[in-house]
Amino acid sequence: MEFQVPSLNLLIVLPVLIVTGWGMLLMLAEFFIPEEKKSWAPWLTMLGLVLALIQTIGLWGYNGGTFTPKGGAPMVVVDNFATFLNIIFLLTGILTVLISIHYLRRTGLDRPEYYMLLLFSVSGMMLMGMANDLILVFLALELLSIPLYILSGFAWPRPDSEESAMKYFLLGAFSSSIFVFGIALTYGSTGTTSLPLVLERISDAGMLGLVATAMLIVGFAFKVAAAPFHMWTPDVYEGAPTTVTAFMSVGAKVGGFAAMLRVFVAALPQLGEAWVPAVAGVATLTLIVGNVVAIVQPNIKRMLAYSSIAHAGYIMIAVAASVNSPDGVSAALFYMLAYLFTNLGAFAVVIALEHKQGEGVMLDDYKGLGKRRPWLALAMAYFMLSLTGVPPTGGFSGKFYVFRAAIEADLLWLAIVGVITSVISGYYYLRVVYLMYMYDGEGEVVANRALVWTVGLTALATLVLGLLPGPWFDMARDAALQTVQMVAGG
Amino acid sequence: MDNQLLITYLPIAVLLGIALFLAVLLPVLSLSLGPKRPTFRKLSPYESGMTPIGEAQRRLPVKFYRIAVLFILFDVDIILLVPWAVSFRRLGLYGLAAMLVFMFIFILGDAWVWKKGVLEWD
Amino acid sequence: MPEVTIDWYVALSVILFSIGALGVLLRRNAIILFMSIEMMLNAANLAFVAFARHLGDLDGQVLVFFVITVAAAEVAVGLVLIVTIFRTKKSINIDEIHLMKG
Repeated sequence: MEFQVPSLNLLIVLPVLIVTGWGMLLMLAEFFIPEEKKSWAPWLTMLGLVLALIQTIGLWGYNGGTFTPKGGAPMVVVDNFATFLNIIFLLTGILTVLISIHYLRRTGLDRPEYYMLLLFSVSGMMLMGMANDLILVFLALELLSIPLYILSGFAWPRPDSEESAMKYFLLGAFSSSIFVFGIALTYGSTGTTSLPLVLERISDAGMLGLVATAMLIVGFAFKVAAAPFHMWTPDVYEGAPTTVTAFMSVGAKVGGFAAMLRVFVAALPQLGEAWVPAVAGVATLTLIVGNVVAIVQPNIKRMLAYSSIAHAGYIMIAVAASVNSPDGVSAALFYMLAYLFTNLGAFAVVIALEHKQGEGVMLDDYKGLGKRRPWLALAMAYFMLSLTGVPPTGGFSGKFYVFRAAIEADLLWLAIVGVITSVISGYYYLRVVYLMYMYDGEGEVVANRALVWTVGLTALATLVLGLLPGPWFDMARDAALQTVQMVAGG
Repeated sequence: MDNQLLITYLPIAVLLGIALFLAVLLPVLSLSLGPKRPTFRKLSPYESGMTPIGEAQRRLPVKFYRIAVLFILFDVDIILLVPWAVSFRRLGLYGLAAMLVFMFIFILGDAWVWKKGVLEWD
Repeated sequence: MPEVTIDWYVALSVILFSIGALGVLLRRNAIILFMSIEMMLNAANLAFVAFARHLGDLDGQVLVFFVITVAAAEVAVGLVLIVTIFRTKKSINIDEIHLMKG
């Protein structure tokens, strides 16, 4: 048997290569740059991420794959779906670097490894959206997660950071082993792990295929912290350094959804009757648990952790709607874009108030912020309104598209659950606003230039997504179209 | 054909049987026939006269565990070389290039660990 | 002697996987939890190899290599995290490790 070199088109995976290579470059740079000049790492990281972002934007509209073995489907695909998600991941990376620089210095965590791990994690996320083979999804998932385990324990020997890392690790490893077993069963029932081939054969797979799908759902649900698989997520989010919490509340979640959409919409639509009710059920539970438990949290990081669980529920509504509604995938994509800016903005404000690590993160610390720092308070209030879903914010537009897709897909009850839980969520989001403006309080606020820029930019982006969602939603629709077409056209 | 296969393994089975028999027989013989005169000295861990210090199960210093973790990592990741080594000739230059990239990343990690001083013994 | 078919291997791997999953849910020692997780991964490996043999397809065996290497990376990170937390808390019982409540 003659070996045939698989088709290679490194140009289209260049963004991932840049991000990974940049991480290695940082490792190399550490050999040559003396210890005292530590400030190079964040800016070098930023440069790499921006380069990758430019390259990614240039790939918009490209549709193709690479790493194609003989007679098989490509392992990696680059279509607008992947490009859209890659833009989200790279923006998450850039904004995280911006909010990290000063925070790491004042908490004494400023080590170049932070940025290396960040880059490796971002490259894993990017591969999640591009993977067209279950085993690549698994590798990307691990590439995303393993750096995050270390990052959440980055503030050792602080016990809560260590605890967060260990819990995240055990949870993550558990979920990925369930996921791998799901892959093994998929392989057993279809004889392949390539998503397009799975699509062709899964309808004949019978019982084994259904069990495999169930395992994949559980694996993904753990990854995106959906109830009832969310047990330790609040602990993880609370204990990790706040910048890492911000990064994983957006990046890891969107990464999980990227692969989930790709796998369920592109490979398993025929099993929709089986998994749509399951995903819808998980979404309902997630919405209720996330929003109700968030009410009683006195710690803002913990509150935002439950809020991020709840938001996973909203995205899951869109996933459930994606089989029967053409706009399901695009609604999910748009929601994730809006969530990226809103959530990172809110976390930037949290970081500004956290003067020492682990201090200044209680809700009471927000008392009187409206008088002390009116602009920062205004931005925080705006982010809270966006998370609640009040117009004109990106959060509102996102929820609007998600609920519309749900109604189109005959999941009216799910949309109603979404609306009711949004109203509940108003209680705890608006309490922050209430505390900021109706009370007097004092406390240090450390806002340096990069942080203020981040808050400004994210607030602006949230506003734009709220006032003019049309063009952005069209972009998301463009991105979703190809995935859906791939389903239709094979 | 199956029987043929089993017969080929017969000598091994016989050897196993003899080994098992001897392994049980010899300790039993020495335990039952040998004289026993236990004294305090004889029961102490070091009959030569050293007094034992501390417990038998001691915690090992952390440096051992670090080396162990690195060993797992480098040892297991080398299995990715196996598929390449098996079909080395057929994969040709492409396989070599791919492996060189892999080895470069691998050695970079190694060098980084070295630079960080993890391999320093003291 | 009955013939050992693919079903036997799959059944064994499902049993191993269930033991692992139950171990994660029931045990409280972080190291044992960790070993249970490894058992789940190896159950998946067994299933991969069995299916690969059954289908006459080499892909499954190659996948096992990837799973093993990734598991090794996880072991390295996981052990370090567990040792670190043991040094601070002097315990690896996950019920005793709960600073945070909510």
